[in-house]
Amino acid sequence: MIPLRGRELWIGYAFLAAGVLSIVLPFLWIVMTSFKYEIAILQGRFTFAPTLFNYQDVLFGRRSNFIVNIGNSLFVAAFSTIAVLIVGSLAAYSLSRLSWSRWIARGFLGWTMLFNTIPTLTVVGPWYLMSQEVGLYDTLTALILTHIAINLPMTVWLMMTFFGDIPMELEEAARVDGAGRWEAFVKVVLPLAIPGLIAAGIIAFVFSWNEFTVALNLTSRGTATVPVGIANFAQQYEVQNGQMAAASVLSTIPAMILMIFGQRFVVQGLTMGAVK
Amino acid sequence: MNLPSETRTGLPAAGPGSAARTRSRAGRRRRRAGDRWFRWALLLPALVVLLVLTVWPVANLVRMAVSTIEFGREGAEFTFTPLRNLSRLAGDELFLTNLWTTALFVVVSVAIEMALGFLLALMVAGVPRAKGLVRTMMILPVLVPPVAIGSMWKLMYNYDFGILNQALGLIGLGPIGWLSEPSLALWSVVLVDVWHWTPFVFLILFAGVEGLPREVIEAARVDGATTAQIVRKIIVPLMAPAIAVAFIFRSILAFKVFDQIYLLTSGGPGTSTEVVSLRLYHVFFGQNELGYGALLSLVIIAAIVAFLVTTRGLVGRFAR
Repeated sequence: MIPLRGRELWIGYAFLAAGVLSIVLPFLWIVMTSFKYEIAILQGRFTFAPTLFNYQDVLFGRRSNFIVNIGNSLFVAAFSTIAVLIVGSLAAYSLSRLSWSRWIARGFLGWTMLFNTIPTLTVVGPWYLMSQEVGLYDTLTALILTHIAINLPMTVWLMMTFFGDIPMELEEAARVDGAGRWEAFVKVVLPLAIPGLIAAGIIAFVFSWNEFTVALNLTSRGTATVPVGIANFAQQYEVQNGQMAAASVLSTIPAMILMIFGQRFVVQGLTMGAVK
Repeated sequence: MNLPSETRTGLPAAGPGSAARTRSRAGRRRRRAGDRWFRWALLLPALVVLLVLTVWPVANLVRMAVSTIEFGREGAEFTFTPLRNLSRLAGDELFLTNLWTTALFVVVSVAIEMALGFLLALMVAGVPRAKGLVRTMMILPVLVPPVAIGSMWKLMYNYDFGILNQALGLIGLGPIGWLSEPSLALWSVVLVDVWHWTPFVFLILFAGVEGLPREVIEAARVDGATTAQIVRKIIVPLMAPAIAVAFIFRSILAFKVFDQIYLLTSGGPGTSTEVVSLRLYHVFFGQNELGYGALLSLVIIAAIVAFLVTTRGLVGRFAR
């Protein structure tokens, strides 16, 4: 906000360039690695004949299960995002507009805050036992349910901020015109909160797509998600560097798409509350 | 946080359009009951999710913590052995090491991220061009799967062919065991975290900087304030809420760190990068000691509750 001048401006640009380069170079390095044969990787060659072998092996190789991983991840992320948006925005609307006693609102928000703060692994143990007791262990359903639980706090907070920005008068006007509570919510408030729903949805989808801790412990080969698949390439008896790089590059595709097309919503979702 | 005020309670009955229906007192009461039903109905799904998937598991930790859990043909079998877990905790010096490692990791990485993120936000806000480009680039590390970032740095840190050791080789310095040197591994992991999350701090603080009142800063400039003075006396106080939010978010996430360290070192070499999450993972799923893992989890949760309660006033003052 202080406009830099003269020498300061050059320092500013140097800083900015260093920032951008330090972000971009590691990505370029891993993309480059993903196009190398394992032998070229091990020799640390900078000049190499690019090959698609790693991608072919990751996607269609007999030892690889990555296509299934991608399918699982998409399925889990899509369903848990839709569910958490519904559950979360209903709760957020209820909490922000419908005169709860302080006690309930505080309790709800306090608990979600605490749950969000404790390491995920503290509850993965109980989740593991629970899922075995009810026969959901090693199913995508278990993963969807846990991802809803993990994403719910953030969704509720975000949506409460968005609902708080919508003028009360609009709803009152709708009510005066004879709309019921539900009608006013669905037809007046919700359409205005669509940018919020998109922002919260993007964040929830990304969290679910990226989520590793729960997926690592509640899935096996058939139900593993993308991060677990990548970790497998890194942890096998013989580390497959090329495949690991290719799988990692593939796993960043949703992030790339969102960076290009959903930037406004991502920034809004990430910085909401900080600026207010 | 938008806690609704009590004055809104009477609202529904006040609409003239619905006057006919709510003229009688009984009708109004029915209407209120409808409202109560409505707000409970909306909150219910979230309550069920929280109770079943968060409250119940945490409560279950207590039952697990006093038990030895073995897996038989019938599934998990609980044996009541409270003293066994407790006495193990009393002699668990490794857990203290884990807590220390975690504290070191959180404090150092968050401090560096805050400083770098703040500096970068000020610089980028100060230059006339390329702001959009920087912001776009900074979104990427935040969105990419942490596991992918872990494998990326695993390749870069590789002793034989990693780019870091290759670059060192070019200027004639010997290869460094970034992840295999016990005294260095934690700092290598911190560096990855700094790379991963400084952009996030930047995004939050940059939004804060962009929202600063331009006139105030220009007025200070006209009055002859130096850049350092403007930063210290105007920008930092005005951005205190954004700084507090970034700080809290980062501290929480740094405390929960798991994915990258799992991929980079799995807590090793030895236990030099074993933060609490990795320890929990090793106890729960490596040693299959679900009971003892639950006890450690409860200790961690209790510590967090104590921390949140003691710092609540502090947080409230800065963040709201």
